[in-house]
Amino acid sequence: MRHFSPMKLSRFFSIALTTGFLGLVFPAHAVEIQRVVSPGGIEAWLVEDDTVPIIAMNFAFEGGTAQDPDGKEGVTQFMTAMLDEGAGELDSIAYKTRLEDLAIGISFSADRDHVYGSLRTLTTTRDEAFDMLALAVNSPRFDAEPLDRVRAQMVSNVRREEQEPDAVAGKVFMDAMFGDHPYAKPSGGTLETLGSMSGEDLETQKTRVFATGTLTVGVVGAIDAQTLAPLLDKVFTDLPAEPDLAVIADVDPNAGAQVHVTLDTPQTTVLFGLPGLKRDDPDYQAAFVMNHILGGGSFTSWLYEEVREKRGLTYGVYSYLAPYEHTGMLSGSASTRADRAGETVAVILDQIQRMASEGPTEDELASAKRFLTGSYGLRFDTSAKIARQLVALKIAGLGIDYFDRRNAEIEAVTLADVQRAAKRLLEGQQPTIVSVGPVDPKTMVQ
Amino acid sequence: MPNFPQTRKQLRAAAIGGLLAAGLFAGTATASETPKPPESLAALEFAPGLSHHTLDNGLQIVVIPDRRAPVVTHMIWYKAGSADELPGQSGIAHFLEHLMFKGTENNPDGAFSKTVAEIGGQENAFTSLDFTAYFQRVSKEHLPTMMEMEADRMQNLVLNDEVVAPERDVVLEERRQRVDSSPSSRLHEMMNAITFVNHPYGSPVIGWESEIEALGREEAFAFYDRFYTPNNAILVVAGDIDAEQVVALAEQTYGQVPRRAEPGTRVRPAEPPLQGVRRAELEDPRVRQESLSMIWIVPSSATGDPGTAEALDVVSYALGGSTNSALYKALVLDQKLAINAGSYYQSSALNDGRFGVYATPRPGVSLETLEAAIETVLAEFLDTGISAETLARAQRNMIADAVYAQDSQTTLARIFGSALTTGSTIEDVKTWPQRIMAVSEGDVLDAANTYLGPTKVIGYLRMPSDTTGDAAASSPSATSDERT
Repeated sequence: MRHFSPMKLSRFFSIALTTGFLGLVFPAHAVEIQRVVSPGGIEAWLVEDDTVPIIAMNFAFEGGTAQDPDGKEGVTQFMTAMLDEGAGELDSIAYKTRLEDLAIGISFSADRDHVYGSLRTLTTTRDEAFDMLALAVNSPRFDAEPLDRVRAQMVSNVRREEQEPDAVAGKVFMDAMFGDHPYAKPSGGTLETLGSMSGEDLETQKTRVFATGTLTVGVVGAIDAQTLAPLLDKVFTDLPAEPDLAVIADVDPNAGAQVHVTLDTPQTTVLFGLPGLKRDDPDYQAAFVMNHILGGGSFTSWLYEEVREKRGLTYGVYSYLAPYEHTGMLSGSASTRADRAGETVAVILDQIQRMASEGPTEDELASAKRFLTGSYGLRFDTSAKIARQLVALKIAGLGIDYFDRRNAEIEAVTLADVQRAAKRLLEGQQPTIVSVGPVDPKTMVQ
Repeated sequence: MPNFPQTRKQLRAAAIGGLLAAGLFAGTATASETPKPPESLAALEFAPGLSHHTLDNGLQIVVIPDRRAPVVTHMIWYKAGSADELPGQSGIAHFLEHLMFKGTENNPDGAFSKTVAEIGGQENAFTSLDFTAYFQRVSKEHLPTMMEMEADRMQNLVLNDEVVAPERDVVLEERRQRVDSSPSSRLHEMMNAITFVNHPYGSPVIGWESEIEALGREEAFAFYDRFYTPNNAILVVAGDIDAEQVVALAEQTYGQVPRRAEPGTRVRPAEPPLQGVRRAELEDPRVRQESLSMIWIVPSSATGDPGTAEALDVVSYALGGSTNSALYKALVLDQKLAINAGSYYQSSALNDGRFGVYATPRPGVSLETLEAAIETVLAEFLDTGISAETLARAQRNMIADAVYAQDSQTTLARIFGSALTTGSTIEDVKTWPQRIMAVSEGDVLDAANTYLGPTKVIGYLRMPSDTTGDAAASSPSATSDERT
């Protein structure tokens, strides 16, 4: 493959991906979003499409791993991993067997700000699928056997990640950027916290987070509003109205830290980061266009050209905007040959400075805008993708008409806007740089 | 990239060899009181909108309509992969894939990629054992431009040392990132090498490091001139477009490319029938989770007798394809020896296929103990086979996966492209669900006994013997100096 998908490299920045999706316009004539409100007051955004006889539903609650209490780090991910391990009258084996017999997919996950769920079903098993989801959402069992098994899997992950350069770098990076803030909590837990976690802890966390007041639902596929409404009630109306969430403070990420972790690997992983923007910042679209030129996901960005094409220092190099609920980052990464890691860091810093001082040309801006607007709908060609977009759109508070507005917002970005955003984010800033590899890049002679 | 599927999900996606019956279950969509997928699949026509054509110069064309969004996926597949390389030149298929982005006389200096970026398209390419493929996903009005530029680089590639040398470094970094950095990838590479000792499937798709270092412009052009010709290629277009339009555009673009070579039949050195167990063991200080895997050489869709690949699909599902499977139940749920266990069947290959089993032990459980437990499960499976209930569940899920696959035009394009470059036909793909439904309990038992015998390759990924499981002693050390 010519290069990695940026998604693979940015698993620590899932919010950035969400926004990346939003950064692509949906063709208005190909989609119509219906706002569905159930008799019980549950709202969902629905895109009806009968082409394939399947239904995809995605949903989210506010309150992700940043809500893990001190000493209970990992509890949110542990909880989400246990929701399909037995519910109601069905123990883990019975529950999973029924899902398998019906060929239904149910899954849960969490990032720092949200818990997510998804359902996929053939239309023939629609009602059973919503019944099974209702069980997982309302009455998970947290039985001892699956608790022990999932704990062992999570402990195994924690141990494996101790020696994986990307994972080590990601963890050190979040520590360096966020210090004592809850965003730096280890999402997957630690050996200590996982060891002491009880079913009651998971139940408590689930009760704190799952509430209709912060619920977002997107549905795509062969189902109409009338059929959907009572099914929404079946799954969600019995949840409490309001969650019980800790207040998370807004935070400015730390710039300028440099951390090296020595690991005997054949490459050096480099992560860099600066304070970025939250999604509701007026400069967000200008910064988004600026980042696309600097290190966005095409074969034409400055970083791609300078680090990979001209010098062959890496297989992949990217940067991305990562907006969170309580902060924003501009981050990036590269895995580079260890003996020239110092050069790779220097080239990346040069390009950041070039963006701050010179900025792009009019031609580069026009190209970037053509790419960003022309990608029209490419990320919206499957039911599963559209269902995710609907949830991301609603969480970001961008409004049900955003897909129609978004191209115009990108078109309206001027060279002055990009220069302003570049100066605001990059000028005079020393990024935080984390490296993981055999030799500290700082010690290398350029 | 080494495109060998590694996970069960990918393998099942590959296995569903193209079950794209739009509207497959639509007729029963409202009958929610009897909510099971219908068992009577034999009468259903799959991929009813698909059409197939061949140009005078030998280029095959497959068109898969998908009208949901005004976009198209445009792919060109060459019947040339790493198994078609000359001895000593491992990695040249993949290196050429990278170099194909450098430019032509008409479109120099990466103009193709720049054009794709300008129009808001996505593009990439991938190399496997048996094929190399290039694709763009664009708004449908840009399809003619993509076809023109892709046809241009089928015959007009320009390379000079200025672009070749840095790109070779990029490939070496790719190898370090994908293989060298990961102990489990290194073990898999070693296991492959001792699974196929004579057939080129034993060499990694990305190539051996020393051989990549020796590759250059000349080797790349030699491979290009041998295999990149319309009579060795398949065009797959999926999306919001008519077959007539695609064929007309193909005539104007690909149709103008002369037959540049006659690659002929793809004959590779055969794998001798070696007996006994072969073992690979990798111990690495960076291993924090041990694991075990087994590989058998088995027939592929292309080489198996009728029904064999389908029976092996079901064996894989029943042995390790779900939480109800024999391996998962025994090792993870009942005996609590493993935190994970499963199996896979790599059916799409021009020559032999591969069947694999893997498990991850719980702390304190040795790989030897785990291996013995797997052998017990296998012996019981070979003895008793599967129940009618398990067979029905496997069939239902495999058919349902086929319906889910229809949600993505790119998935469909990949299914047909890989089938046609690995010795299968469109008809094979279209009739796969019926053939899966025709598998009997006896077929499963026969296939398992015939192919999952004692001759296999076993791999251990080990922690060093002095790693007690308390990682603190060897944790990476961080040095930090703020604000430098």
